[in-house]
Formats: sequence, C-alpha cells, structure tokens
Amino acid sequence: MRSNDLILRTTTALIAFILLGFSVYLFFAGHNSPGGGFIGGLMTASAIVLMYMTYGFDVIRKVLPFNYNILIGLGLMTALLTAIGSFAFNQPFLSHTFDHFHIPIFGDVELATAMLFDLGVYLTVIGVTLTIILSIAEDN
Amino acid sequence: MIYAVFAPLIILLLIPIFNKWKDKIHTGWFVLPVPLLVFLYFIPFVGSDFTTKTESYSWIPSLGISLDFYLDGLSLLFVLLISGIGTLVVLYSIFYLHKSEQIGHFYIYLMMFMVSMLGVVLSDNVFVLYTFWEFTSISSFLLIGFWNHRERSRYGALKSMMITVFGGLSLLGGFILLSIITNTTSIRGMIENSHLIIESPLLPLVLVFLALGAFTKSAQFPFHIWLPDAMEAPTPVSAYLHSATMVKAGIYLIARFSPILAGEPSFFVLVSIVGIITLCWGSYMAVRQTDLKGILAFSTISQLGMIMAMLGFGTQAAIFAAVFHILNHATFKGSLFMIAGIIDHETGTRDIRKLGGLMTFMPMSATLALFGILSMSGFPLPFLNGFYSKELFFDSANALNAYTGGFLGFLQEALPYLAVFGSIFTFVYSMYFFFGTFRGQAKLEELPKKPHEAPIGMLISPIILVLGVLVIGLFPNVFVNGLLGHTATAVSGEFYEPHEIYFWHGWDYKPFLMTLVVIALGVLLTVTRKKWSSIYNVFPRHLSFNTVYDFIMDKTETVSSRITKTYMTGSLRHYMSYILVAIIAITSIVLVVTNGFDINTSYLATITIPEVLVAIMMAVAAIATIFTNSRLAAIIILGVVGYGLSILFVIYQAPDLALTQLIIETVTVALFLLCFYHLPELRKRDDTLAVKSSNTIISVGFGVLITLIAISSHSNKLFEPISSYFVETSKSLGGGANIVNVILVDMRGLDTLFEITVLGIAALAIYGMLKIRRDKEAK
Repeated sequence: MRSNDLILRTTTALIAFILLGFSVYLFFAGHNSPGGGFIGGLMTASAIVLMYMTYGFDVIRKVLPFNYNILIGLGLMTALLTAIGSFAFNQPFLSHTFDHFHIPIFGDVELATAMLFDLGVYLTVIGVTLTIILSIAEDN
Repeated sequence: MIYAVFAPLIILLLIPIFNKWKDKIHTGWFVLPVPLLVFLYFIPFVGSDFTTKTESYSWIPSLGISLDFYLDGLSLLFVLLISGIGTLVVLYSIFYLHKSEQIGHFYIYLMMFMVSMLGVVLSDNVFVLYTFWEFTSISSFLLIGFWNHRERSRYGALKSMMITVFGGLSLLGGFILLSIITNTTSIRGMIENSHLIIESPLLPLVLVFLALGAFTKSAQFPFHIWLPDAMEAPTPVSAYLHSATMVKAGIYLIARFSPILAGEPSFFVLVSIVGIITLCWGSYMAVRQTDLKGILAFSTISQLGMIMAMLGFGTQAAIFAAVFHILNHATFKGSLFMIAGIIDHETGTRDIRKLGGLMTFMPMSATLALFGILSMSGFPLPFLNGFYSKELFFDSANALNAYTGGFLGFLQEALPYLAVFGSIFTFVYSMYFFFGTFRGQAKLEELPKKPHEAPIGMLISPIILVLGVLVIGLFPNVFVNGLLGHTATAVSGEFYEPHEIYFWHGWDYKPFLMTLVVIALGVLLTVTRKKWSSIYNVFPRHLSFNTVYDFIMDKTETVSSRITKTYMTGSLRHYMSYILVAIIAITSIVLVVTNGFDINTSYLATITIPEVLVAIMMAVAAIATIFTNSRLAAIIILGVVGYGLSILFVIYQAPDLALTQLIIETVTVALFLLCFYHLPELRKRDDTLAVKSSNTIISVGFGVLITLIAISSHSNKLFEPISSYFVETSKSLGGGANIVNVILVDMRGLDTLFEITVLGIAALAIYGMLKIRRDKEAK
C-alpha cells in the first residue's frame, strides 16, 4: 500500500528551495553576520536530504546524478588550494586578503579570499553529510 | 694488540666461505691458525722483564668510552690461556666434530666467543669490558645450544643465559656506580682513585653488584646450577668455555678489582665465604654424579670456588696461589674434559655406571687421565702442578691473621678446616672418576660401541695439556718468574717478589700435614664410597638449587600470566573504568598536593532565570537518559540536552554556535534514529550491586573532579585574554564583521582546514565500512 503524501511533496517543493536559498544566503553572509560555510553546508545538505525523504532515492538520483563523495575531495581541494595560493604572492601559508570591487548590478561588493576557503568548507560539509546519511540509509 | 683481539672476528666472517669446502677439508683447519697466531703474538711478552702495554682507540668519545686495551700480568695470563687452550680445542674439535654437523656454525660461535673473551680480559674501559662480557654470554648460549634439536641442550642454554645475563646486568649497575663515584670509565683510573670508592657510601652496593656479576659467571654458589646443565654442549665447548675460560671471567673480574677492594672486611667475608662454600658444595656434589662431564662440571665449580676463596683472602701469598691455580686448573681440567669427550666418542656413553675397565682398551687416554686426576686431587708428587697450588692454598688459609675475634676471627679460624673438607671430597671424586672409568670389570655388552683407542689427532691436545701439567710441575719457578709473578703484582696492586716454590718443606710443614690428612681420609672414603653414598638420598635429596630455579621460572610465568589475565579482561567497560580511575586518582592527588582548589566569586556573572530553567531541563534530561531502557527514547531525551545547549548559546550570544549546534543536533538525532532502528532493544542491565555502585562512584567522582577543576580554573585569571585583538582587527585585517567566522577561516584557518579533513575522513570511513564487506563476499 502506498500512502498519499501529496501535501508533503507539495510543501517540499517549496520548502526545499527556500532552504537552499537560505543556505546560500547563510554562506555568503557568513563573513559579516552569523552564518558561514559550515552552517550553509549543513543547511544545503538538509534540503537535499528532505528531497530524498520526500521523493525517494530513485527520483532524486535521476534529478541530481551526482556522487557526493566527490564533493568531499572537491571541497578539501578548494580549501587547500586557497591556502597554498598565498605562496604565489610570497606570503605565508593561509594568508588571506580582501578588497572592494564595483560589480554591475550588485554595486560595491567586498570580495575576500577567505570566501574561497569557506567555499571549500561548504562543499566538504555537504559532501560529508550526504555521504554519511545516504550510505547509511541505502544500506540494507 | 687490537688486531690480536679482533683476529678471530675476521676469520669468523670468512668461515662461511671455508665451509663450502668442508667435504674436502674440515673447516677447523682454516680456523686453527688464528688462535695459534694470537698465542704466538702474546708469547714474547712473557719474561722477567715484562712491562705493561696500552693501546687506545676512540669509540664513543661523547660518553668517555674508548676501546682501551691494557696488557698487564693478569691479562697476559688470561690471553695466553684463552689463545693457547683455544688452539688445542680447535685442534681437538677437528677430530671430535664430524663433517656432517653444522661445523660452520660451531666455529663462528667459537670465534665469537674467543673475541669476546679476549676483549673481556684486555679491556681497560669498564663499559667495553661489559660489552664483551655480554658477548661471552651470548656466544656461550649459542654454543651450549649447539645441538638445538635436543631438549636438554635448549634447557641448559636458556638456563645459563638467564643466570649469566642476570649477573651481567648487575655488573653493569656496578660499573655505572663505579664510574659515577670515580668520574672515570677506565679501570686503571678507578684503581688510582680507589680511596674514593672505599670511602663512598655506595661501596656495599658496588661490591654486591660486582660480586653478583662475578659469581654468576664463575658458577659460584648458589648460581652454580647452570654449569652442570651446560654440559649438554659439545665436549670441546665444555673443555674450553666451562673449564678454562668463560667460567674464569668472574675470577678475572674479582682479581681485576682486587687492588681496590681487597682489604675490605666485607670483600673478605663475601668472596671467601662464597668461595669456600662453593668449594665444599661442588666437591661434595661431584661424588654424586653419574655422568663423566657432570663430575667434571661440579669439579670445576669447586675448583673455581677455591680460586675465589683465595682471592677473597686477599693476602699476597693467597693471590699468588690463586693465579697459580688458575693456570694449573686450566691445564688439567682441559685435558680431563677432552678425555671425557674421547671416552664418550669411543664408547658411546658418558655414564660412569656403564663404564669400567677401559684401561686395556684405551691405555693412552688412561695414562693422560691419571696425570690429570692426580694433579686435580693435589697428590703430593714433584711433577704435578695441582699439588703445588693446593699446598699454597692450604698455606695461605693457615696464614690468615688480619683479624682477631668476632665473626671475622672465627671465619679465619674455620677456613683451613673447610678447605681440608672440600679437598677430601676433591680427592674422592677424582679417584671415583678415574677408577670408575678405567679400572674394574669392563661391561662391554652395555656399551653402545666397542671401545678402542682414540685417533692420534684427538689425543694431541690432551697430551699437550698433560705435558703442561708436568712441565709446570717440574719447573714451577720458571713460570713464577716469567709470568705468574707479574700476574700476582697486577692482582695485588703492589710489586710481588717471586718466592721460590719447593716441593719439600719438611715433615713439620703444616700444609703438607693437611695434604696427608686429605689423602688418608680421601682414600678411606673412596674405598668405602658405596657404603656411605646413600647419604645423598638424605642430603641434599631433592633440595638442589635447580628446584629453586625451576620453581622461580615456572612461577614467574604462571603468576605473571595470572596477573595479566586479571586486569586484561577484554571488557571495554573495565578498561574504561581503569582509565577514569587513573585520571581521578592522579588528578585529585595533584589537586590536593599542589593545593590547587580555589574559589573566587569575583569573576562570576549574575544568574538569570532563563539560564536556570534551561539548565534544570538539561540536567533532568541527562539523568533521565541513564534510566531509559529504550535506545530510541534515550536518543530523543539526549536531544533535549543538545537543544538546551543551543538555547544556552543563544542566551550567551553565540549565534553561529547556536545555529550549528541546532543543525548538528538534528542531523545526529536523525542519524541515530536511522542506525539504531535496526539494532535490538537495549538489554536490561542486570549488573550486580557492586558493579553498579562502583560505576556510580567512578562517574560521580569524575563529574565532581571536572567540576572542581572548572571552578578552580575559572577562579584564576592568570593573564588578559587575547580576544580584544580579534575584536579590534577583525574588520580591518580580516575584512569581516563576523568575528567568529573571521577567526575560523582567516586567523585560525589551519584548524578549520584540518577539521574539514577530519570530517571528510570520517565520511569516507563510514562509506568504506558500509560498502566493503569482504567477509560477506568471501562467503
């Protein structure tokens, strides 16, 4: 017997995107207000887990044909490369810099290399959370 | 000199090459020149114009350890014995060991032993001496266990290893103390500073450590038990190691340190008592043996005890007698061992009960044995060296007059009687050895082989040794002037004026009368041996020190395994409680000893009602977790603690932490639910009250301890926190207003880098654990 979970599906379609949006906000806001890569990553992962719970493995795997293991490596690599990047400017390991740029539409924006590092954290956390939860859930 | 010491090492490395041709030429022939050359190298030093010689090579300069070789009279006597008897033993072994044996191994071990023995007697540096000392233990272990397919060999090798290494380690302790006291590692330096050692409060410890080292190596009572078991070695090894060289290493050590210690009453008591007991016990026990080599082993023990006792006397006459007897013992005991080996080789047995009447079959061996035996027993004939040193022994035991009254005086009075007692039994076992083997009725049907005379090659070495007995016996004064006088000088530390040795001192000479008593009683006891030998069933019966040794070894093993089993239970609960108890005990002791507990309320903030409410909620949830029997309920109740914590973070204005805690708590609760759904219900805990209460005590104690530490550490603000720097520079240097985030990614980015690495590894590990199931696939 298959239960009718129309309400769940409908709300998930909305909530998942709100969650994803909020997580992206948390990630970008992190440098100046509460948030950051870690919380952002967890939030994104929660949104994806919610989608898995609602629509089932097969559907989501078709929509996001993605191996989350890769995200771990990708995130770690991003963080490490950011850290190593400071060598190119003859600076010690993990030196960061920032500046203000004028970008169309957004206007005056502060860009920091720390954000790149945080991106690494963000990707790793997504990869870790999803790998753990999905591999346990899929296991028979 | 260094080449002479290490020459056997060089040949040792070449032995595997020689061993390839062993079917054509016995490897022993290649080895033979080495000890001979060493012997020839040292021979020119002998002479009345002897001077000491020193060579020094840097080894470990930072520790003050250098390869110092020092040749004085004492070393010279020993190197001549080692290389001379070494040559004869190698020659003998060529005929004794068949080519089918692993003769390559044999000669490698033997050369190893020779190097270490030469090193022991020539080293001037105590640590170099110790190094060589342990090498003698190791190579002797290998030699005793040469026939390692026999259980008795392995047992004997292990036993000698245990005992001599025990002594070797205490010797190291003694050397370390000596080098601390005198601030030098050179033995000559120590002798020069002997007043420092004599006055030092550590003297008794030094003495005991050195004596332990010497007594174990030289098979002194009660450490003599390894020597009879070491008779499982091939006979050349017994002849070399266990009569002439290694067992004299302890004698050498005591002699070497005599200039420092002789004259100390404690040295006199310790060394001469142990020596004389060894003499009596060894000779008494030798008559009980039925194995030819067993008799010789106990005989060696007792003769070594005699030498040790003379060194303990410490007078110049006694020291001269001791060094004289070292030489004499090496000659006659070496030859007797070789003859025992010949008998074993030609008849197939060493059991004296099966032997007898061999004189007609083996006249040469019998003649040689007769000379060796008479010399060993101290028979008064003018061509036997054993008689001279035995008479000097009696003389020196009589001449002791350094102490009057008290225990020392009594000991002094008693020593001559004990010496006579030991010598009577020496006479008895010597006669028993000879008459039991060569006289009486031949029991040919009991022998595994038909006896016949040994090949001439095998007889050469005992012939040379017996010739040595006779030459020393006929011309003792030649040896006194050229060699032994220098040796006695080196041992006593002052110049020894050589005295002429006479055979005949007249009828009223007391040592001669003692000898006559020994022979009279000895003959009587020999003739009536069968009648009184049942005394051995009364004493010692089973009371031998082997029983003690076996008991100790057995108990050490069983008790230690029992102890290990009591605490290594395999239960994680137990290990956890050990760890916690250790933390509680050590930390609280430190807390009490350092008076570390401190309460200071001046840093405390005011408590608000929301905090109290949240804290109560968390406490109740935490306590409730312990008492739930359902796993899922426990997880959910534990979630309350987590969410309470995030509320506390909100109250304490840590939004990042609160957010993270909230999400992490949710994710972990979900994960737990996911995993534990498949696990069985929590087992109803049916621990006994004792276990429950001890668990309670440990956990409460740990909680209290941590609380106390937290309070104490909060009560002390030792220095200003560095957080103001972060507050000030977060925007200007990090470009962000969120200080926590700037710290995480910028100021302390390295921590974050490794934390995400940890997360990644954890995820991959979980992935791996779930996906890789080899055991299932294998099925």
